[in-house]
Amino acid sequence: MTVTEALPAVEPAHEPEPHRATPTSNAKLAIWIFLASDFLFFGAFISAFMLYRARPQNGKVLADVLDIPFTSATSFILLMSSLTMVLALAAIRRGDHRRTRLWLLGTCFFGMTFIGGQIYEFTSFVREGFTAQGNLSGSTFFILTGLHGLHVTIGIVWLLSLFGLALQGRLKGTTADSEKVEIAGLYWHFVDVIWIVIFTLIYLIPYKK
Amino acid sequence: MTTVAPRADLPAKSYAFLRRPKKETGIWSWFTTVDHKKIGILYIAFALLFFVVAGIEALLIRLQLAGPNGTVLTAAQYNSMFTMHGTTMVFLAGMPLAVGFGNYLIPLQIGARDVAFPRINMLGFWLFLFGGVFVYSSIFFGVDKMPNGGWFGYTPLTSTPLSQGFLPGHGPDFWAVGLILLGIGSTTSALNFVVTILNMRAPGMTLLRMPIFTWMMLVVAFLTAFALPVVTAALIMIFMDRNFGTLFFAPAAGADPLLYQHLFWIFGHPEVYILILPGMGIVSEILPTFSRKPLFGYTVVIFSGVAIGFVGWGVWAHHMYTTGLGPATTTAFGLATMAIAVPTGVKIFNWLGTVWGGAVRLATPMLFSLGFIAQFTIGGLSGVMHSIVPADTQQTDTYFVVAHFHYVLFGGLVFALIGGLYYWFPKVTGHMMNEKLGKWNFWTLVIGFNLTFFPMHFVGLFGQPRRTYRYNAGLGWDIYNLLATIGAFVIAISTLLLIINLVISWKKGKVAGADPWDARSLEWSIPSPPPAYNFAELPEVTHRDDFWHRKYTEDEQGMLVRLPSGGSDNDADTADGHSESHGEGHGNIHLPSPSYYPLVFGLGIPMVGYGAVFHMYWLGALGILFLLFSMYAWGLEPSVDEEGAHE
Repeated sequence: MTVTEALPAVEPAHEPEPHRATPTSNAKLAIWIFLASDFLFFGAFISAFMLYRARPQNGKVLADVLDIPFTSATSFILLMSSLTMVLALAAIRRGDHRRTRLWLLGTCFFGMTFIGGQIYEFTSFVREGFTAQGNLSGSTFFILTGLHGLHVTIGIVWLLSLFGLALQGRLKGTTADSEKVEIAGLYWHFVDVIWIVIFTLIYLIPYKK
Repeated sequence: MTTVAPRADLPAKSYAFLRRPKKETGIWSWFTTVDHKKIGILYIAFALLFFVVAGIEALLIRLQLAGPNGTVLTAAQYNSMFTMHGTTMVFLAGMPLAVGFGNYLIPLQIGARDVAFPRINMLGFWLFLFGGVFVYSSIFFGVDKMPNGGWFGYTPLTSTPLSQGFLPGHGPDFWAVGLILLGIGSTTSALNFVVTILNMRAPGMTLLRMPIFTWMMLVVAFLTAFALPVVTAALIMIFMDRNFGTLFFAPAAGADPLLYQHLFWIFGHPEVYILILPGMGIVSEILPTFSRKPLFGYTVVIFSGVAIGFVGWGVWAHHMYTTGLGPATTTAFGLATMAIAVPTGVKIFNWLGTVWGGAVRLATPMLFSLGFIAQFTIGGLSGVMHSIVPADTQQTDTYFVVAHFHYVLFGGLVFALIGGLYYWFPKVTGHMMNEKLGKWNFWTLVIGFNLTFFPMHFVGLFGQPRRTYRYNAGLGWDIYNLLATIGAFVIAISTLLLIINLVISWKKGKVAGADPWDARSLEWSIPSPPPAYNFAELPEVTHRDDFWHRKYTEDEQGMLVRLPSGGSDNDADTADGHSESHGEGHGNIHLPSPSYYPLVFGLGIPMVGYGAVFHMYWLGALGILFLLFSMYAWGLEPSVDEEGAHE
């Protein structure tokens, strides 16, 4: 978070701070703990995937169907969306509303591109005969990446909602408003970090033949 | 919490989809309240209701087992009864009771006006209630079609698809989905507690000045936030296996059924501490008050609680010794299990040291706390026995284990919770509970509890297995089972006494002042029942046991001397508890306003649940629309109504 911390914060106009025992606001503290909790949720599915990864299976397995160049491209797009997310936060902290809206929408667009890629990937896998019901590899792959896709989708809806607020001029440059963007950003970065783990474990580590 | 003044930069346009609820009193106000005290009462009331339901299930189990070859229940009904008894006691009685106490007490103990997220707090309650009703609605498909795979729901028994199911019907689906819903609720309340405790403390209330109950709830909140997602994941896998043909736990496809056991107990063992730590916290509040001494080794009690929280993550496989994990693994988990007994034992000496040499008053809360120490120690000792792998291999799945965890969770936790009810009831209602009935309640419970569960140690070592719906005569088990059944009905009578006492004391109990027990922590410095805003002025905390230090000081010999004007003076309190000094200064306190949206959001959740269980996708979609609508309406509704809610 050094990038976001280093950005200049606009001093709030008239916001008396409520009494608080730590320097972190309630909402930010809550999202950090939620994300820690969500890590463990993914941890369980990742454990299942890793346990079954090297087991002999019937039918098509991941090694037969993975299109690594394609998913690398969509993964790159997802990771770049973290950059646009940081730019959106920097923009609202500067009070630059035009760029806030631009980068929020850009982040959504990158996220949707990733989801589009995932939908294409899933359908092509199923067409090739690799399914969630076929073998352990399929069950663990589809549920793990599917739940990640669900998280990205929720993130997109969240960012679009912020974009809607920004369009109506309800997202000012106050500390409270920039924190709304920051918290959505924390969630978005978390989803990206999880994807780095998933991508490494599923796509990058070679499978034994 | 004082809130910010109306923000000049907000546009005048309002986004209220539903007219904001205004009423602060009456039945309807309980549906829309965001007051942590009312929410705490709701939690405790419905958790007690579920406690009684689970108790009735236990009575049916005991009736079935009263003699050899019982005929009260069929095998299938028996399966449902022990599954629902365990599930209900853990998720619908034990956890929500602790959350109820936490809701009511944490803001009062740390000197705050409310929790950090009042509306999410109410949402947590609705998820608990609707989750519980959801699980129990399976009864409409027949008692034997209720969840019936045990409270731990081992796979592949629970995960095999409906078509080839070992467990036909929707029981395991209701169980899996219901527990996911309850888990979401518990997670929201855990997040809320962590943020409240860390951020909302009054000036001067440093972490090492906080009351022990609040400290233990902080540890519990962390455990809840990190343990529940794991079981949620495991339950999703079960549900997908049963309903959508995935193979997570299908041995035929090469899956490993132990995966589920690991995932479940990585949640399940921290869950044991999620249940017991609030009880330890309650006892650590009661003992000093009734011994008129500070808690012996305050920081040690805290750090042993934190140590339990940490080590609790490294002992889960002691539930799995008989699954063939191998000697290295079982040894490691055996050692960790022995190690976790150390901080637990330390606490017991802390409590004994607190009572030692104190001016002990044997009021009902104190009796229950002393009962807690004695019985929890017995349960702890049989717990350490389970760390010895060869011994545990013999005891696994016998009534010895049943005796062990009931000594910890009933003899320990339930005694502490009932002690807490007697202790804080005057604060909540302004009336004392009846002491005479309280003593009857205590002694009948001690007798009933030990009569029920002590014989189970013996009959367990004699080999009676758990979860088996009948046994033959002539095995030497009859007398122990009969005694246990008699004991169970004594517990039922005792519970009835508790309920009678709660009901008659609610309005008719002796009037209590602000501080009837001469207690030590901040909640006793305000009137009973507390006003909606809790503290007219946020307290400035200068000591551990701050309220005590406002009332007493020590002379040169170390004897207690009452300060003439310190704290709240019992005699000055009028019947309704409002002394003059409390009346002032709250004219411009902004409290969070009531809201419909937690209820609307909560209603969407069981719709999604039923939609999932019965594959009625339209219902699930409707539920998701409810969730989306209420989330947007919620997000756009200011937490404080600027026009109303000003006093």
